[in-house]
Amino acid sequence: MTAIATSDTALQLTRDGQLKHFLTLDGLQRPLLTDILDTADSFIEVGERTIKKVPLLRGRTVVNLFFESSTRTRSTFELAAKRLSADVLNLDINTSATSKGESLSDTLLNLEAMASDMFVVRHSQSGAPHFIAQSVTPGVAIVNAGDGRHAHPTQAMLDMLTIRQHKGSFEGLKVAIVGDVLHSRVARSQIAALNTLGVAEVRVIAPGTLLPRDVESLGCKVQYDMRAGLKDLDVVIMLRLQRERMQGALLPSEREFYRLYGLNTEKLALARPDCIVMHPGPINRGVEIESAVADGPQSVILNQVTNGIAVRMAVMSMAMSGQVAERTRGQAEGEQA
Amino acid sequence: MSEDRQTSIRIVNGRRLTAQGEAAGTESLLIENGRIAAVGEAADRRHADQQLDAQDCRVAPGFIDLCCYLREPGNSQKGNIASETLAAARGGFATVCASPESSPVNDSTAVTHLIRDTATARGAVRVLPIGAATRALEGELLSDMAGLSAAGCVAFSNGSAVFRNARILRRCMAYAQTFGYTLMLQPRNQALSADGFAHDGQVAARLGLLGIPEVAETAAVMEMLLLAEEAGVRLHLSQLSTARSVDMVADAQQRGVAVTADVAMHHLVLTENALSGFDSRFHVLPPLRTEADRQRLLAGVRDGVIGSIVSQHQPQDPAAKRAPLGETGPGLSSVESVLSLGLTLVERDELTLPQLIGALTQGPAAVLDRPVAGLNEGDEADICIFDPRAHWVASAETLMSMGKHAPVTGSPLPGVIRYTLSGGRLAWPVG
Repeated sequence: MTAIATSDTALQLTRDGQLKHFLTLDGLQRPLLTDILDTADSFIEVGERTIKKVPLLRGRTVVNLFFESSTRTRSTFELAAKRLSADVLNLDINTSATSKGESLSDTLLNLEAMASDMFVVRHSQSGAPHFIAQSVTPGVAIVNAGDGRHAHPTQAMLDMLTIRQHKGSFEGLKVAIVGDVLHSRVARSQIAALNTLGVAEVRVIAPGTLLPRDVESLGCKVQYDMRAGLKDLDVVIMLRLQRERMQGALLPSEREFYRLYGLNTEKLALARPDCIVMHPGPINRGVEIESAVADGPQSVILNQVTNGIAVRMAVMSMAMSGQVAERTRGQAEGEQA
Repeated sequence: MSEDRQTSIRIVNGRRLTAQGEAAGTESLLIENGRIAAVGEAADRRHADQQLDAQDCRVAPGFIDLCCYLREPGNSQKGNIASETLAAARGGFATVCASPESSPVNDSTAVTHLIRDTATARGAVRVLPIGAATRALEGELLSDMAGLSAAGCVAFSNGSAVFRNARILRRCMAYAQTFGYTLMLQPRNQALSADGFAHDGQVAARLGLLGIPEVAETAAVMEMLLLAEEAGVRLHLSQLSTARSVDMVADAQQRGVAVTADVAMHHLVLTENALSGFDSRFHVLPPLRTEADRQRLLAGVRDGVIGSIVSQHQPQDPAAKRAPLGETGPGLSSVESVLSLGLTLVERDELTLPQLIGALTQGPAAVLDRPVAGLNEGDEADICIFDPRAHWVASAETLMSMGKHAPVTGSPLPGVIRYTLSGGRLAWPVG
């Protein structure tokens, strides 16, 4: 039918295929993802200098628009923006305007009046960054910092960077994502990224109550038995389990979940000896992961945090340069006409 | 639609179309005092105050919409009886059933009278109020059905709200059966649909949307069919969205249960993929489902299991649709696009033109126990005249409805309604 909405690709990319918003990994091709990883690699070096700044976003204003509370993601976005020399404004909207009944559209109109160049958005509703990208003034870049259950693309890309650092490439890798996939925006973005980057196999390991319907259509295999699922594995990604999942009959108890789907040393031994253990954090020790594993030699959880800043610098600078390129071309076309 | 003497109208050059098919000739129709007074030469000979040229057009019985939200009383920012009945007239509808989901709910004769009086004063087409089956649509206490019926309610519905439990639904059916009233119910299991707003399938999995599983509908359909069979009530299932619902209704019809069903036009045209860009227009309830569901719904219309196609017109103000998907109001502004979307189905050989017209006229007339719409001498002059080859573009400027979120905007749609007559009066175009 004719009534199909703007595709993600058209919304996120300039006509030349440059990033101008970063909303989801759906529809982004492998060269672009590789480009993000390469750019992030080059920024890691910046973080090791005494003076940790590059002038790519000098004079730009980045607004961290967090409708849902976050400490880690927000502070890494803030650090990333500052290392790019941008001015940063942090707004925790869940404690201000919307609780007074202001609609998201009205909040945005007010923020645009401040002439910002980029919004980094976290929102509890899936699709909120799409909505904002469709309604903001042209020229303002939107970076998704996590929306509902939909996507957390910078988290997934920093995970990909971590995997590439440890494994060299994605070819032939077998990766498992364990735990609450149903509620996880991280898992959805990871599955998309892993498939695009060409791993051999993505498995999701969880009980049926924590998997979305038709989850295989995302590009993964379902494995209910964790021991079988860990076999031959190169990478295991553990997801955070929210305590409230016991309500609403999704799980009987933390104890039973940990026994069946928690990662401990004994289960990890079923994977390949060089299998790395990842977790988007914050971790629940003894709920989804044993301390000995989280702090053990195969854990790369702290690398993930370091890589988070570099990946966010990469995405922010690329989206901003896409916006600039589009504006320049728009002006050139305007002059021609 | 006031009752003073009407202008007589002659329709010439149009080709008549009924649910049985297309007439060979282009006989004229003469309309006097709300009825078709003469056909053919007799119509040509007599005087008419006004003549409508239906060159290149099909002349069909006026459409009947079993599910239309007029938003009056109480939601004037979304629409009102004048604006939404004009939109209906523009869509070829001569009759619309007004959903009881107004504010206040149509659960008292005062509200029924208000709707009817406003429709008489300012409505473009005939408005038939549907009464609330339970008070305030809360699903707990029965409404005064006999009183509401006497005031003009033609059937009873619980809108998009659910019954508190099966016992109350069972009693509601037994009470409605006592007086021979029809219950028009949208099947939905509240516990299974919860806060969902999208089909629980591939698109919801990818976009992380709260899903409404297929079984939220089918479990309710099965419960309603069994209870209706026991009660002997006339049950009309509103806006089926799943393949299995159609199968269950077909089975029930075969064993003689008095059940009819409708489907919204958008469920015949669109699938869950419409939500893939988070487009809030396509937040509709029940949700758009899979291609397999769409195919079975179409087959249901073709084989007559689903007798009626409805607009499920739900105009929203711009703010209600301008938010992240999960925070938007449900529904499409669809009444003006029903014929056009139907004609695209005809173009693709998914329906025949008589099947389409039948589901917009005969089917709903039977549910409402109204005389089967025809175009013969003596019939009520509810007439829709459309040019199937002409095109129009829906946009904020061209739509008559206050709701501007039509299913297809900005690109040409086939089928332009030239004239709509409701009760012998010209309802469209205005003036």
